[in-house]
Amino acid sequence: MRSRLYPVFKYTVIALWACFVAGPFFWAMTTSFKNANAVQGGPTYIPWAQYKPTLTGWRNIFGGAGGIDVIDPFVNSAIITVAASAISLALGSLAAYALSRYRFKLGFIKNSDIVFFFVSQRIMPPVVLVIPFFYLLQWGGLLDSIPGLVIVTVALLLPIAVWVMVDFFNGIPREIDEMAMLDGCPPFQTFVRAILPNSLPGLTVAAMFCAVFGWNDFFFAFRLTFTEVQTLPQAVVALNSSIPPWWTLSAAALFGVAPLILLALWVERLLSKGNLSGAVR
Amino acid sequence: MDGLRRHKSMFLLPGLLTLFLIIIFPLLFTIRVSFSGWNVSNPAMDFIGGANYTAMLHDSRFWASITRLILLAGGTVLIQYVVGFGMALLVWRETRGRRLWRVLFLIPMMTTPVVMAAIWQTIFHESLGPANDLLDMLGLTGIPWLTESGPALVALMTVEVWQWTPFMFLLLLAGLLSLPKEPFMAAAIDGAGTWRTFWKVTFPLMAPVSVAAVIIRLIEASKLSDSVYVLTSGGPGSSTETPGYYLYIQGLRDQQTGYGGAMSLTYLVLMIVTLTVVAALLTRAFKLKGDS
Repeated sequence: MRSRLYPVFKYTVIALWACFVAGPFFWAMTTSFKNANAVQGGPTYIPWAQYKPTLTGWRNIFGGAGGIDVIDPFVNSAIITVAASAISLALGSLAAYALSRYRFKLGFIKNSDIVFFFVSQRIMPPVVLVIPFFYLLQWGGLLDSIPGLVIVTVALLLPIAVWVMVDFFNGIPREIDEMAMLDGCPPFQTFVRAILPNSLPGLTVAAMFCAVFGWNDFFFAFRLTFTEVQTLPQAVVALNSSIPPWWTLSAAALFGVAPLILLALWVERLLSKGNLSGAVR
Repeated sequence: MDGLRRHKSMFLLPGLLTLFLIIIFPLLFTIRVSFSGWNVSNPAMDFIGGANYTAMLHDSRFWASITRLILLAGGTVLIQYVVGFGMALLVWRETRGRRLWRVLFLIPMMTTPVVMAAIWQTIFHESLGPANDLLDMLGLTGIPWLTESGPALVALMTVEVWQWTPFMFLLLLAGLLSLPKEPFMAAAIDGAGTWRTFWKVTFPLMAPVSVAAVIIRLIEASKLSDSVYVLTSGGPGSSTETPGYYLYIQGLRDQQTGYGGAMSLTYLVLMIVTLTVVAALLTRAFKLKGDS
């Protein structure tokens, strides 16, 4: 039915897209091993043949002279991401469980309205919140601090956690709750002992989303922290300018996205094993 | 039963109250501030009525940024949808190498947008970047990517398409994989060709997933501001400014707090209204198609 040329067309399109996707990473990788001469001489791509690779860029981001330190921002980003994700997952899965299992009615507000309230927060542009956050954190003495940034990051992540988990809990049979209850388990223990262990795929997806959005946040970090706490995206963007040193920028950028690439590879493994089949519908 | 009722609130309330506190207080604060003359020289919560809103109505830079955002968001999401759907259709029936495609499509959307935008900025560098070098190899003249308004918008859209087409692809591929087989068999028996099968069977069946994917992307795209900051800083002039970026300039960098508040709320309300209307229109359009 399909023409002979179809496979040719297909693989051409896929190859072109692959180049487009991989291009920026390839460019960053080669640039990170260049020095001033190699960058200012115009674009080059092939190490050894077109330029002599050096480790200057990579040395610069690990405390080399004239570079920047990426370790502190990395640690800050990690603490903020892990703390905000943990809080969001804990509060979010509790709320999602309640919304999945019980009926709420407060006047005209029903379960679906509460779920919508959570999810609708994704519509809020960060810039709308950032002005009040600035003054609230200043008033609370939390401006330019890790706890301050954790609090505002929860606002970003909690809606995601609720969204993923409501959908997931709805897919877990209610018989599991009922059996645990019949065994005399109080509701909270039912949740912890019977539901959570069955929710690992859902929690993994929710945690992945939280980690990515938390790690990638730039807006809040940029506007709400200055000198004391710098996150990794902030540190990389601070190096950004239309003129070199691109080698340092490239090395820092690759270092900054490396955890996410590892996460992507790991998620892909889970996907291909079907471990998340129940969660990604 | 009483115990249960108490418990259900205890499950829900911690999360609900947290979000409420984090969102609602700031929002009330913004509403109050938008009616004040708070700025860099006068940090006071006085009441000046709707003066900020009147000023905003005459601020052509703000309205230009809104129009630009609508075009940018609409344009990039459309490209992402068409390309993402096309790629999903290409690899749909393919079992060979499926993992490779998935890795290829997972990575851009997971990497930090501002960090990759910084790399893209070096790619678009007029004389030292590979974008113009590539054009040169093809025998074309270089383009002043980031210093002229038209090319700067194209550069911005390229970065968005690079980052978010994978999202469309993954969602649409999941949709394609979960389609029922019967309609396709029926179409094959009727002797429908590839194009006819696509327009009469695949596309209508994919309408719900498509609408959901497009709306989610539109919501995210309507917040566009970080990549503008890194790639062009709104420039040249103010030709690539989006409301998010212009608001940052006015409200935070120049500390026109009251005015920034007024624009924030207008931006938010416009976004909610527009997205709701678009969502309703899309849902209706595709329902009508499915019925006929």
